[in-house]
Amino acid sequence: MPNRGRLVTIVVLLAALAAVPPLAAVFGQPFYLDLFRRIMIFAIAALSLNLILGYGGMVSFGHAAYLGIGAYAVGILAHHGVHDGFLQFGLAIAASAGIALVIGAISIRTSGVYFIMITLAFTQMLFYLGISLEEYGGDDGMRLAGRTQFAGLLDLRDPLPFYYFVLAILVAFLYLVHRLVNSRFGMVLRAAKSNEGRTRAIGVSPYPYRLVAFVIAGAMCGVAGALFVNQTAYLTPTFMSWTRSGEIMFMVILGGMSTLIGPVLGAIGLLLLEDVLQGWTQHWQIILGPILVLVVLFAKRGLAGLLPGSGRDD
Amino acid sequence: MNLVLFLEQALNGLQLGVMLFLMAAGLTLVFGIMNLVNLAHGSLYMVGAYLSVALVNLTGSYLLAVPLALLGTLAVGMLVELVALRTLYERDHLDQVLATFGLILFFNELVAILWGRAALYTTLPAWLSGQIELVAGLNYPTYRAAIIVVGLAVAVGLWYVVTRTRLGMLIRAGASNRTMVAALGVNIRLLYTVVFGFGAALAGLAGLMAGPIYTVQPGMGEDVLIEVFVVIVIGGIGSIRGALAGALIVGMVDTLGRAFLKPILGTLLSPTAAESAGPALASMLIYLLMAAVLAVRPAGLFPARG
Repeated sequence: MPNRGRLVTIVVLLAALAAVPPLAAVFGQPFYLDLFRRIMIFAIAALSLNLILGYGGMVSFGHAAYLGIGAYAVGILAHHGVHDGFLQFGLAIAASAGIALVIGAISIRTSGVYFIMITLAFTQMLFYLGISLEEYGGDDGMRLAGRTQFAGLLDLRDPLPFYYFVLAILVAFLYLVHRLVNSRFGMVLRAAKSNEGRTRAIGVSPYPYRLVAFVIAGAMCGVAGALFVNQTAYLTPTFMSWTRSGEIMFMVILGGMSTLIGPVLGAIGLLLLEDVLQGWTQHWQIILGPILVLVVLFAKRGLAGLLPGSGRDD
Repeated sequence: MNLVLFLEQALNGLQLGVMLFLMAAGLTLVFGIMNLVNLAHGSLYMVGAYLSVALVNLTGSYLLAVPLALLGTLAVGMLVELVALRTLYERDHLDQVLATFGLILFFNELVAILWGRAALYTTLPAWLSGQIELVAGLNYPTYRAAIIVVGLAVAVGLWYVVTRTRLGMLIRAGASNRTMVAALGVNIRLLYTVVFGFGAALAGLAGLMAGPIYTVQPGMGEDVLIEVFVVIVIGGIGSIRGALAGALIVGMVDTLGRAFLKPILGTLLSPTAAESAGPALASMLIYLLMAAVLAVRPAGLFPARG
């Protein structure tokens, strides 16, 4: 289990997220429901990247690919009149896991800067594939034909159930990552990150462990993509643009790599910061860029490093 | 297939190849020597393109604007190295990627503030805008031919500098053992700044030559940057020879794929299938090529020594 201080932090944070909808309703600001739902969806994406980046040491610069695949799985099924959530999310998970398997199988053979560039290049390839899918909007993208429905259980057209559905998935994935990282599997993954040579010397080949982690992370991010297209109600290839990958990566760093709660804090931090800067000026990126550089140079432990109970990896 | 058309497209491939080489050479030198992954290399390409457009409008002379734009890009590159990148050499690749990603956001927005978000168009001087007849029946745009000549000349010059001069010797020494070079009394920091500025100027040259062919707009550097990544991954990171081979391969495959894949598929598949599959496959071709190369040789075609 995480230590006590950290557990308290996680519970407080999740309780605060759960309290957003009633507060937004009280203050008559439905915008915040939308904003925090978006934040949680990116928190899920960042959480999945943290599994391979933070714990596995694999600097994937193409994580937006799976966001896009999940979104296209939902969008394409909806385009053909299939709105059933089990089918849509099932396809999103299967497709993103399958493509992560192919990309991972090739990329993980390499390491270091090759790995960064290859994951980036594969994502770019999928981006161009998305652009060339004329039937599904091509370059311009297309409107989502209808939001996902889990027959009799849940309808994502209602903003409030949608919000709590995203929160429930976030909680479930936090638990999943926590269990994974502290299992034997996670032990090997972290060992291979800190010293690949020694891990091999005790008789464990990191490759299959890394590949499995890569596929799990891809599938988790595919779920985030399926949620994200429901959030925007619009599907475009820019879901897979490489700046999106950079954003997700920055969330992980901003929040604190290799910490359970870091990616969630990073998503909250970056998206709130963007929201504030966008309120100031349309040229907000000229401020965000230098902030990013400064965070990388001077605040490596991220937001999670500021919290009580921090200090060691869990 | 028409031979003249094929020759013309092959020349276009060569032209794209030499431009990619100008970018790849700088990126791979900086990586090989400083061990720095510089995503902002594409921003320097963009800076070169914008400076040349602005200077042509200001001075009215293309011949005057080109060297000034190159000097400007060189200065911007050195400034970026001094202010931001210098502290990154000892950091891991993840930090370098994120910090230079931040620089990209900054540069794109800066350019948008200075020149607006709309694409700019450049006018060429009359002596570059015509066509020349290379062989009977093949008229080729003078400007593209000039790019090929300049690019090949730079490649030869680069080979000379790296293998035959004192600076090149220091560059090669720095790439294989920087501590030893510093111990021998070479000012390694100055060498880094010089190499970085040099790489920036090459990127600026690619950018200013690209201006009249492609559009000049914020973010123009990123698409080419990712193609350049493919080039140096195929060629082998840190190797100039690899960058040249990779650039020519990628330039040819990309150009010929876009031109001829659809008709070739048309002979195999139904016309409608070829119509939709051709462009999709053509835009993915270089990435598939990269995957194929890596499956066989994970360190690229010409891995750098050490």
